[in-house]
Amino acid sequence: MSADNKNNEVIISVRDLAKHYKSKKAEIHALDGITTDIRRGEVLVIIGPSGSGKSTFLRSLNLLERPSEGTITFEGVDITSPQTDINKLRQKMGMVFQHFNLFPHMTILENMTKAPRKLLGMSKADAEAKALELLARVGLEDRADAYPSQLSGGQKQRIAIVRALCMSPDVLLFDEPTSALDPEMVGEVLDVMKDLARSGMTMAVVTHEMGFAREVGTRVIFMDGGKIIEEGTPSEIFDNPQNERLQTFLAKVL
Amino acid sequence: MGNSMLAYRVSLALPAWLTNLKDQFYVNFIAEDRYMYLAKGLWMTLKITFFAVILGIALGVVAAIIRSTHDKTVADMRPGFGRFILKLLNLIVKLYLTVIRGTPVVVQLMITYYIIFASSTNQVLVAVLAFGINSGAYVAEIIRSGIMSIDNGQFEAGRSLGFNYIQTMTYIIIPQALKNVLPALANEFIVLVKETSVSGYVGIMDLTRGGDVIRSRTFVAFMPLLAVAGIYLIIVIFFSKMVSILERRLRNSER
Ligand SMILES: Nc1ncnc2c1ncn2[C@@H]1O[C@H](COP(=O)(O)OP(=O)(O)O)[C@@H](O)[C@H]1O
Ligand SMILES: [Mg+2]
Repeated sequence: MSADNKNNEVIISVRDLAKHYKSKKAEIHALDGITTDIRRGEVLVIIGPSGSGKSTFLRSLNLLERPSEGTITFEGVDITSPQTDINKLRQKMGMVFQHFNLFPHMTILENMTKAPRKLLGMSKADAEAKALELLARVGLEDRADAYPSQLSGGQKQRIAIVRALCMSPDVLLFDEPTSALDPEMVGEVLDVMKDLARSGMTMAVVTHEMGFAREVGTRVIFMDGGKIIEEGTPSEIFDNPQNERLQTFLAKVL
Repeated sequence: MGNSMLAYRVSLALPAWLTNLKDQFYVNFIAEDRYMYLAKGLWMTLKITFFAVILGIALGVVAAIIRSTHDKTVADMRPGFGRFILKLLNLIVKLYLTVIRGTPVVVQLMITYYIIFASSTNQVLVAVLAFGINSGAYVAEIIRSGIMSIDNGQFEAGRSLGFNYIQTMTYIIIPQALKNVLPALANEFIVLVKETSVSGYVGIMDLTRGGDVIRSRTFVAFMPLLAVAGIYLIIVIFFSKMVSILERRLRNSER
């Protein structure tokens, strides 16, 4: 919101993205021709009914799902090409999951430092210093030596966010980060995400938190049936929805 | 009157059966240091079991990783060399599991000794290989179930940080899987201790064979064989106790 990012460079470019799941009976078109760009510093919010393909879209961006058709370009590299080292690119694309997915056999500090140490070659001291700094930023520096099982859901998700940040990613992908949380913990996670957005982090967020979408989003995509049905600024989407399906959806969730 | 009778009998001699036992004990264990057959045999049994367990776990982990990698990923893989290799490895592992689990361990031991290593004189090595390869097949299925029990989100979290497949397995999946199946693995050790009792078939002086040698020297079966059974029982009870302590500790340590 604070920064006007309209003219910033494109960081992720998606062209004609499709994903089909073949089952015995039918072919499911989870994604059916998605074309969009994500620019540096942008907070792209993806909304839509359940089963509309939001997760599939987000997970295609870091190739957790392999697209059936189309191309995805990240920082100028075609990530779907067999020659691309996807592990290298994923280091630059953090992901935050609905169910946190912290590593239960590691302490919080180990959760956060394992990847930077093994993948970026950071020293233990450097990685821990960075992790502690990030923990302090989300108010959890005193939990560094705790195990995930000792934390509340909101704390776990804040840790998951800073774990991703430890790799200094260029983009953060969020798949319904607050959907598994008790209502009283949603706020603390959204606050961290708002803080990140203000700091200029590029984010793609699948969420049902319309308040967050309106307040923090720089652009909103409404998906249904594997397609982008409508796309615009938060005020275009929420105050002046054009498509009937979007109007129906908003009537239900707002 | 009654009292003096009792005193008389006790002072006279031990009852006949007790005297007999005492003599038997002497003949079977003390005379000519025959207890050494049991001591050395026990040491041999533990040695074979220990190294076979290590080999079994190593083989089992590899086999389990191949099997679960195949089951999880082959459907999404592009046709090509990597996919071919994975399918081939999976086939080999499946063959290994089927053959080993479908034949008696004593037959495997004899095949290893008389056919595969016909020229080798190192019986212990042969036994470790035979029992290790055998155990690996069972360990593989234990560990595979452990890997499959780990939530796929753990795998995705690892990959999304930039870890490759092997790193994700090594740092994230396998440690959790092993921890989950540690009691089952310890149990496999208990099973193996008892299974090595067929080592005598290829002339190894293990605990069972030690007792049998004493029997053949003294022509009394009762004491040496009961002693052998008792020693196995003590080992098994001891390790079972350790397993249950381990289980309790694991349960308390997290979640
Ligand atoms: N692994 C899969 N196999 C088959 N169908 C799937 C799979 N994953 C998702 N789908 C289908 O793809 C569609 C889109 O799913 P998803 O992207 O998860 O939707 P959303 O996140 O918007 O709820 C749904 O119809 C879903 O059933
Ligand atoms: Mg979803």
